[in-house]
Amino acid sequence: MILKGKVWKFGDNIDTDAIIPARYLNTSDPKELAKHVMEDADKEFPGKVKAGDIIIAGTNFGCGSSREHAPIAIKAAGIQSVIAKSFARIFYRNAFNIGLPIFESDEAADKIEQGDEVEIDADKGIIRNITKNEEYTAKPMPPFMQELISAGGLIKWTKKKIKTSYQPT
Amino acid sequence: MTITEKILAVHCDREEVSPGELINAKVDLVLANDITAPIAITEFKKIGASDVFDKNRIAFIPDHFAPQKDIKAAEQCKMLRDFSKEYNLGLYFEVGRMGIEHALLPEQGIIVPGDLVIGADSHTCTYGALGAFATGVGSTDVASAMATGECWFKVPESMKFIYYGKLNRWVGGKDLILYTIGDIGVDGALYRAMEFEGETIRSLSMHARLTMCNMAIEAGGKSGIIVPDEITEKYVKERVKRPYKFYTSDRNADYIEIREYDCSKIPPVVACPHLPSNVKPAAELFEVTIDQVVIGSCTNGRIEDLREAAEVIKGKKVNPNVRMIVIPATQKIYKQAIKEGLIEVFIDAEAVVSTPTCGPCLGGHMGVLAKGERAIATTNRNFVGRMGHPESEVYLSNPAVAAASAIMGRIATPEEII
Ligand code: SF4
Repeated sequence: MILKGKVWKFGDNIDTDAIIPARYLNTSDPKELAKHVMEDADKEFPGKVKAGDIIIAGTNFGCGSSREHAPIAIKAAGIQSVIAKSFARIFYRNAFNIGLPIFESDEAADKIEQGDEVEIDADKGIIRNITKNEEYTAKPMPPFMQELISAGGLIKWTKKKIKTSYQPT
Repeated sequence: MTITEKILAVHCDREEVSPGELINAKVDLVLANDITAPIAITEFKKIGASDVFDKNRIAFIPDHFAPQKDIKAAEQCKMLRDFSKEYNLGLYFEVGRMGIEHALLPEQGIIVPGDLVIGADSHTCTYGALGAFATGVGSTDVASAMATGECWFKVPESMKFIYYGKLNRWVGGKDLILYTIGDIGVDGALYRAMEFEGETIRSLSMHARLTMCNMAIEAGGKSGIIVPDEITEKYVKERVKRPYKFYTSDRNADYIEIREYDCSKIPPVVACPHLPSNVKPAAELFEVTIDQVVIGSCTNGRIEDLREAAEVIKGKKVNPNVRMIVIPATQKIYKQAIKEGLIEVFIDAEAVVSTPTCGPCLGGHMGVLAKGERAIATTNRNFVGRMGHPESEVYLSNPAVAAASAIMGRIATPEEII
């Protein structure tokens, strides 16, 4: 899987209230949520972001609540991937569960700048900065996570599992 | 092994597990609320399972925007109600019977020591106070677990926090955990299990333990846990409806890090905007004026918290520049507070008292802040926009400090009042 896009850069500890404020959680419609993505971190962001863009952030991205609305809002806004130094753990599992590929890389988070064009080789864990002509490595994705992403997320994975182990034929 | 590793091992039928391993484990209870259950329900239907794994092990609690604050919230709550009827769920709590989930489930004896609990709510880690492994997950995890009774986990490394020394007056579980988060930071325990122990913890009452474990997530923790003892035994004995088991940590268990705190040096503290780790002694913040005080939430909305606030505010009036909102966390707590005359104390002080709800804690309803307003709250998060407008501010404290601040119209300590 190769992901290519333009970068929006954020800092450390971007919490789920910044990604999708609780005041919009009286709905779980992805399109509605996407209208407010990252709004409390950057008011203009929902108007600026384009399909295919990539978010780069510092440490502890997605900290705070367990709301799956956060990765859903990101995905529904067309953002292909998030690269951060580290992720809060519930955000991490939610992203894989809904099939949003995310990557951890200190180097990429430090060196990539707003507006850079990057290309992620998900299988190899390599992030290329096309604008700067640099290359960084991301932490390898654990095999189980690869399994989840290639199954298309946890629901499809569970569906398969139920068929094979819970309802033996 | 640590208590966390033992509980996880038992739930995947293994003798042993070690940190870093990915396991599939059986869950004892699955929880979701009016924000997270709707997604879980939609995803569950996609799986095509013929039934839920166990109708008495799935708890649906509408508490965030309930009593339904607007039409959209009402539609979400209705999804929980309809699904609960369709699948005959035994643990659906309707308005009038509900409370804030993390206060309600332990109170009702629905969670027992040794359990493995997942909830589509980050503060699910609260139940570690009972000696259970409990962690917040997403709605999709809940959907999958509702079908299979299982969930995937990475076995966390454990980090030990040892508390010793006598607690100062007006210092409680909230101060200990805020102090700890202030020390290690909001990602200081990322992916880890936080195990609280030491002589101070062993004499700490259950409500304070629940407050501490509740905020493990605010340090990035996967869970907070306290090895069960006589205090646990006393708390669960009179409530639980299922058999339970006490697990302990082995003496030679491995911890990635051990930290010690001398509690006699910890004063009442406040977490300043906009991170729970931005902790300062309350006594250094007297110049901070406030517009609103909130006493409630899954962190500090229990009867002991209300007693503490009432003790400070009894016979006094809320400052004319301040709105004070008191929210008992469950119906049972509400009733008990009426019986003890606490509600009268609050109303006489000119505070408003609400039916149980999360409400202002997440900026939902029942006390949302305007631009530029400032609140002190006994809740657990003070992120940008958490209680309302992105340019409002939230300070976090224990109930006594919050009540004292309500009287003074600025951040205050109970000593100034009593
Ligand atoms: S009281 Fe606040 S932190 Fe607790 S469950 Fe409700 S919204 Fe979440």
